[in-house]
Amino acid sequence: MKKMITFTINGELRSVEVEPNDILLHILRDKLGVTSPKIGCERGDCGTCTILLNGKSVRSCLMLAVEADGQEIITVEGLSDDGLTPLQDAFIKHNSFQCGFCAPGMILAATELLEKNPHPTKGEVKEAIAGNLCRCTGYEPIIEAVLDVSSQSN
Amino acid sequence: MAIAHEFEYFKPESLEEAVKLKARYGDRARLLAGGTDLIVKINDELESPEAVIDLKGIKEMKRLEFKDGRLFIGPLVTFSELIDSPEVREKFPLFIEAAETVASGSIRNRATLVGNICSAVPSLDSGTPLLTYEAEVIARGEDGERTIPIAEWFVGPKKNALKEGEIVVGVSIPEPPKKHGGCYVKLGRYRGEDLAQVGVGILALEGNEYRVAFCAVGPIASRADKIEKLLQGKKLDNGLIEEAIKLVPEEIAPIDDIRATGEYRMHMAGVMLGRGLRAAVARLNGQGPEYGISVI
Repeated sequence: MKKMITFTINGELRSVEVEPNDILLHILRDKLGVTSPKIGCERGDCGTCTILLNGKSVRSCLMLAVEADGQEIITVEGLSDDGLTPLQDAFIKHNSFQCGFCAPGMILAATELLEKNPHPTKGEVKEAIAGNLCRCTGYEPIIEAVLDVSSQSN
Repeated sequence: MAIAHEFEYFKPESLEEAVKLKARYGDRARLLAGGTDLIVKINDELESPEAVIDLKGIKEMKRLEFKDGRLFIGPLVTFSELIDSPEVREKFPLFIEAAETVASGSIRNRATLVGNICSAVPSLDSGTPLLTYEAEVIARGEDGERTIPIAEWFVGPKKNALKEGEIVVGVSIPEPPKKHGGCYVKLGRYRGEDLAQVGVGILALEGNEYRVAFCAVGPIASRADKIEKLLQGKKLDNGLIEEAIKLVPEEIAPIDDIRATGEYRMHMAGVMLGRGLRAAVARLNGQGPEYGISVI
């Protein structure tokens, strides 16, 4: 049975009709046109579908769309009203992505980390992105970008 | 694109309503908390429920509270919430050390402890701390509530002691009677997100009392009674550790699978037991590696 759900996505209130078995990732991409969360493993292992749900990183491939009703979602499209965030700039500066498939998830996982812990150790950065797979960079440029932003914040 | 299997979705706002729904559907309904296991299972067609009952509308199920010497963990409490609780960290450090090894941060933000024990896979990281802290599972059905000791909870691979129509309403864990140190040792193929190939959880209590449990090396996570009996009342030294390691083959029955051979698991279980015992005793005495630092 279809259900109308309403949630905030990147600061905008949106309503959409979904079936109980619709996965949030697909609704975001196909019905709302928010395509930064990517379709990867679709079983919670790769992290490329990561979104921020009420400020916490979660896998949108492991959520039913109906579970998003009344919640607040942020994807990289909505991280900043005004250009790129310092972390996104640092990703460019450090060549932290090549194909870019993992980047939205990486940036959100690292954004959550820096919110909670503005000055993480290298080990804490590794732990924060441990669930996000990257097949291009070998991870080092990503870790450098996060540590660079951290060293420049108060 | 949706999951191929269709089901009805319910989001009750009270426990009573949830119990009624579960009684009505029985095994044809699945309960949804974090969904990190359930969605994969439905997607893989390992589960085909007629109804999915989302518990997230029930406020009391979010309860995480330490009161009268017991920690209560409601079914909606996520691993991240446990890890972020200073009280749990202070009183149940072994629990935190194990919880921090569960999958990855964004899974821990959704995955719940109760969901973990309901899935009851043999490799579950929460198994050995719950067994050594001697937790109890509280289940509610239409006929009322009952308490199941964690030692009787795991009944087979992916099988728990819930009866049809019952819902877990929480896990209750008593604070150990004495000062303790703990160590959870997890062997994975790599650091980061992986299931345990072998897991050992150890509590060392003041007065040379030891509790030892294994996961991923038998059909269920379980306590190692023979090893505990050997250690009881004795001060830990190299000779005692050697004797304990010799008992490992009597306690566990590891199998060959895609993640490791049984032979490798058996050998590593002994190595991990030795290192874990040393670390747990050192931590009890205010020494040893900090919690969270792996000893393998």
